[in-house]
Amino acid sequence: MKIELDFLSVLAQWPLLAKGVAWTLALTAFSAVLGGLVGVACAWARAYGAKPLAYAVASYVELIRNTPFIVQLFFIFFGLPAAGVKLTPEIASIIAMVMNLGAYATEIVRAGLDATPRGQMDAAKAIGLNRLQMFRLVVLPPALAKVWPAMVSQIIIVMLGSAVCGQISTEELSYAANLIQSRNFRAFESFIIAGAIYLLLAVGVRKLLTWVGPRFFFGSFGAQR
Amino acid sequence: MKRSTPTLNLVRLLLAATGALALTFSAAGQAQTALDDIMKNKEIKIGIPTDFPPYGFVGADLAPKGLDVDMANYIAGKLGVKIELVVVTSANRIPYLQTKKADLVISTLGKNPEREKVIDFTAAYSPFFQAVFGPKNIVVKGPADLVGKSVGVTRGAIEDMELTKIAPSGVDIKRFEDNNVTVSAFVSGQTTLLATGASVAGNMMARNPNLSAEYKFVLKDSPNFIGVAKGEDKLRLKVNEIIAVAKAAGDLDKMAQKWLGRPAGDLPN
Repeated sequence: MKIELDFLSVLAQWPLLAKGVAWTLALTAFSAVLGGLVGVACAWARAYGAKPLAYAVASYVELIRNTPFIVQLFFIFFGLPAAGVKLTPEIASIIAMVMNLGAYATEIVRAGLDATPRGQMDAAKAIGLNRLQMFRLVVLPPALAKVWPAMVSQIIIVMLGSAVCGQISTEELSYAANLIQSRNFRAFESFIIAGAIYLLLAVGVRKLLTWVGPRFFFGSFGAQR
Repeated sequence: MKRSTPTLNLVRLLLAATGALALTFSAAGQAQTALDDIMKNKEIKIGIPTDFPPYGFVGADLAPKGLDVDMANYIAGKLGVKIELVVVTSANRIPYLQTKKADLVISTLGKNPEREKVIDFTAAYSPFFQAVFGPKNIVVKGPADLVGKSVGVTRGAIEDMELTKIAPSGVDIKRFEDNNVTVSAFVSGQTTLLATGASVAGNMMARNPNLSAEYKFVLKDSPNFIGVAKGEDKLRLKVNEIIAVAKAAGDLDKMAQKWLGRPAGDLPN
């Protein structure tokens, strides 16, 4: 079988692809920042919070980690309007991604917190730090340093998972690829190009986050490993 | 050379039987006796769908209902004969005509050259169309009224192509993966309007009367024709006569208005 590839007819639609890339990156940026914060807060609650709070967080984590992302997304977009909450596709996508990443990040950060040596916390207490200071200055930075590679991988997974958001008409990269191939029937080329762009994005985002982590989140702890 | 096996014999037998059947059908096709038989037996067999609302579906009382069913009863009434409704599907409606299991097929049949090779068509009896639908309290008369509103449509469908062609800039077209998701988006209020086929919209409106959705304006027309077995010209011309009278009397418009929410309009002959 001979296939004639016509990449130009897909690349001619570059404004659509560029818009798709922009949305994919925007969704990823929002979910990484907010999801990361949710993850740290929930990890703290699970490790040091009051019992009811720890249980509530545990339920959230299990609920999200044991249901498919697309079901969560459809619930937010199609289900919530029945309760009077109407969201645009973009907001619904961001909320779904933040909730999803938040749950996974909780477990990743918690693993880092658990790995903090007991003695280090005793030392922090001894020099008179309060609980918040202890968490922020003594426990969290080395914990983040330990789990940063896992965290970066999870962010990449969520970015690739954002392809599903096209289903509710968020105009991200897969949506663009789908739209282009439904117009010119160049499905093979569209998805090869979309795949290549995702690959570049994933590599780029991984490099960026690996660079950002030690400089902004956990300083010299990263270098100790 | 190998001796023929039992399997091979069976295959030969089947081939011979198929050939004989094909001969029978083509012979029957020449006869042009359908109308005479109908009048003699005082009964007409008409194929209708039951899986395609609002054209043909099963009502709460388990009886077939819809525009196609009304049309079938109408024709039987005008012929003055009893009717036997034969349930057909999209896949078997043409074979049913070819094998005389139905004298007519009234089942949202569109006319195309491939089909015209195997069956004949009467004049059109009802419209099938892709259109924009929306709530009664929103005024939408044409493409210009779409500006500033969100319209849900299934990506890559005919209505997507048509809508994209005519929509002015400033229309928020939301494209979804398939008809179910597109309809869900409209029903849950995520899109203000819905661009889809008459059948999908009819189904949606029947199930969600509280939305008070209605037909707004047409995107593309592709009318329905009644199918007749190839060569049955006497029956075909008789049905054409009935359709012409129904059209002039406004009965076709009434049926379309009742089931589709718009008049039949100018149907091709």
